[in-house]
Amino acid sequence: MNLYYYASPATFYHLAGRLIPWFAALAFVLTGVGLYIAFFVAPTDFQQGEGYRIIFIHVPAAWMSMFIYVVMAFWSAIGLAWNTRLSFIMARALAPTGAMFTFVALWTGAFWGKPMWGAWWVWDARLTSELILLFLYVGFMALTAAIDDTRRSDRAGALLNLVGVINVPIIYFSVKWWNTLHQGSSVSLTRAPSMAHIMLWGMLILALAAWMYAIASALYRARTLILARERQTEWVRNLVGQSA
Amino acid sequence: MLKFLFTVIRRDVLLAARRRGDWLTAQFFFVMVVSLFPLGIGPEPAMLRAIGSGVVWVAALLACLLSLSRLFADDFRDGSLEQMLITPYPIALLALGKAIAHWIINGIPLLLIAPVLGIQFNLPAAALWMLVLSLAIGTPILSLLGSIGAALTLGLRGGGVLITLLILPLYVPALIFGAGAVDGALSGTGSEAHLSLLGAFLMLALLLSPWVSALALKISVE
Repeated sequence: MNLYYYASPATFYHLAGRLIPWFAALAFVLTGVGLYIAFFVAPTDFQQGEGYRIIFIHVPAAWMSMFIYVVMAFWSAIGLAWNTRLSFIMARALAPTGAMFTFVALWTGAFWGKPMWGAWWVWDARLTSELILLFLYVGFMALTAAIDDTRRSDRAGALLNLVGVINVPIIYFSVKWWNTLHQGSSVSLTRAPSMAHIMLWGMLILALAAWMYAIASALYRARTLILARERQTEWVRNLVGQSA
Repeated sequence: MLKFLFTVIRRDVLLAARRRGDWLTAQFFFVMVVSLFPLGIGPEPAMLRAIGSGVVWVAALLACLLSLSRLFADDFRDGSLEQMLITPYPIALLALGKAIAHWIINGIPLLLIAPVLGIQFNLPAAALWMLVLSLAIGTPILSLLGSIGAALTLGLRGGGVLITLLILPLYVPALIFGAGAVDGALSGTGSEAHLSLLGAFLMLALLLSPWVSALALKISVE
């Protein structure tokens, strides 16, 4: 068996169907463990009090918002280069999840900003570029929804996706390039984290949970897209005939 | 090659010159949007001076978008765009020519009107010059990036609103650096950094956007 076997929508549909329960269960369990650590195990921060606990949601959501856009761009590039139908389906299936995480990151950020900075919103480089990321997600979804022809809508969306990906490094490095109100990263691969270990664990577990949720929801959406697009084929007719 | 580029530009400029009504709409839209702000905010001179550069820049973005939705649409409707796409010349050159023509038709008039509007906003002479200079570097970016959106939304229902959603996020750097340059001149902190970044952005747009628009045209017309 080779890897390309699952590049066909028909085989991928069944693979995704088998994988979704696993990812969904992992997301559920990890969210439970992560939230338990976040609310009951992690100590109160000596500077920020209880309000800091919002980072357990905020940081994973912000990571995922950027990461999903990059993954979409990866699938878009593959789709444009090799004309693989499944890549476009994956890019489209990921977009709503990415937009949701972007919105959550902005929203929780506002909740954190009010007690810490005294303002719901500041026009700082990182906040602004994250807001633009939300606009890019919306633009992608609006464009793909507006075009009826599947082939054109896939390719147009992919092109827009690749243009917009320039924004992601700008968000990521904004706290280094400009002197912003938003603080720099507390987590790094190369140096010791500047927070208590248990806090870091809670955050990483929740990040993993967000990851699992993103995969499960994207696969679920991809399955629906596959069914809608392959509705004229034999195997979908058989499948729908069986279950009905 | 160059002859093809000049032919594309000349054709679009000639067409615009013969249909002055279409062409003037975007310019008057620009003037009206800018003039609405003092009415809404109040005629306080210090306040107007502070917001003037931003208002003129935002209005320039909107005016540019208004005319962009027709960049390829008229040629697409009467079929001449497809004829142009099957010429032996690179499509990127066609996209570049279209964008340059759009800038000549819509960008240059904005440059000429902008100082008059700046005076309405009580901007001093140094800031007025900087406004024209930043628009001179910035408006080509708007035409170039806009051509991508115009190509992607070609022939779609509601294309005019859609192009706004797609392209406005990409315009944000031009807006920040362009309006920032004028603010630098106003506050005396200098404008060189903003102008350099704006220039760099123009170079990047000039280099990449014709190729992307060409790809988008191919996707939309095939």
